Amino acid sequence: MAPFYEFGRFGDGTSLIVAILLGVAFGWFLERGGMGNARKLAGQFYFTDLSVLKLMFSAILTAMLGLFWLSWAGLLDLSRVYVPETFIVPQVAGGVVFGAGFAMGGLCPGTSCVAAATGRQDGLALVGGLLAGVFVYGEAFPLIQSFVDATARGAWTLPQALGLSYGTVVGMIVAAALGAFAGAEWLERRAERPAEPREAFQ
Amino acid sequence: MSDAARAIDGAALGATTAASVPRARVRREAATYASPYVAGVGIGLVLLLSFVLMGRGLGASGAFSSVVTAAVDAAAPSHAAGNAYYARYLGDGTVSPLRDWLVFEIIGVVIGGLASAVLAGRARWTTERGPRITNRRRLVNAFVGGAAMGLGARLARGCTSGLGLTGGATLSVGSWLFVLAAFAGAYAAAPFLRRAWR
Repeated sequence: MAPFYEFGRFGDGTSLIVAILLGVAFGWFLERGGMGNARKLAGQFYFTDLSVLKLMFSAILTAMLGLFWLSWAGLLDLSRVYVPETFIVPQVAGGVVFGAGFAMGGLCPGTSCVAAATGRQDGLALVGGLLAGVFVYGEAFPLIQSFVDATARGAWTLPQALGLSYGTVVGMIVAAALGAFAGAEWLERRAERPAEPREAFQ
Repeated sequence: MSDAARAIDGAALGATTAASVPRARVRREAATYASPYVAGVGIGLVLLLSFVLMGRGLGASGAFSSVVTAAVDAAAPSHAAGNAYYARYLGDGTVSPLRDWLVFEIIGVVIGGLASAVLAGRARWTTERGPRITNRRRLVNAFVGGAAMGLGARLARGCTSGLGLTGGATLSVGSWLFVLAAFAGAYAAAPFLRRAWR
């Protein structure tokens, strides 16, 4: 029965080796998909290259459906899988700040490690910025702790919040992703067209 | 490169159009990347394997917290111990904050990313930037953007990996709120940063 670590099938030392191996595969696929290239990622925010959306949604769909089927087949105990906890206000506020930084930096924390590893100086600069931002946060923590801990909802899931079954929410996300893929393909085809006169003056 | 990857590259190359000289250079390089759907399914399988083996998903920004905590602890141990945020990463003080699952995972990301880039001939010492800004400006933007992301990710307790992918697949409400807010923030900021990228 999975998750194996949770059921004591291997120990703490082995878990760190698992971490490295999973990281190697994660970094490999990020680089294969072009996620170490800030110019490519930035295309997401100008509707010219929607690889970020396509890659993220494909990954979420794959893992989400895998979890759903493994738990349905009785091979995985979903209650032992960690669900990131919800803190409504700090997560929305942090998301907006994070997004603005993403548009400016062109890489996110994981992809900046790939960019830096492959010799991109902008990736290295972004890693430095991340460390600085986390340090500022750490130093400011005593002042902002009450805000950071506000609106805590624990391991709150979409099925609980919407009052729908697990399978229904999974189906809705699959449908939303397929719609997003179609929209992304349409936007990219549109961006391939020759620049319109209005753009020529910018 | 596998035959499948070659086929994907070939298909992508066939679909490109050379609008101008700098564009053509960009497009040709982009064409060597795998389809984002293929790479995304690959990452999804890695994420699923992480759930199956560990009962937890992938992450990234948490590793930066461990590194910062280790640095602050080395420079000013009593200051670190007196701060509730660093104290959480220090634990009882018997284990280094660097002996952390996410730190090891990120070491793997660096190795895997480099291996992939070397094998594809994409590893090189350069700066990725838009055509209208200097390298120096790009590095400043990357640093400032990174600092904003570091702050935002800690406020939200995660980033595009730990909340976006892991929380997305486990249907966490806060994760989906974070992802929607992040895209909203990025699209709100993008028009002001057009000169940096386009």
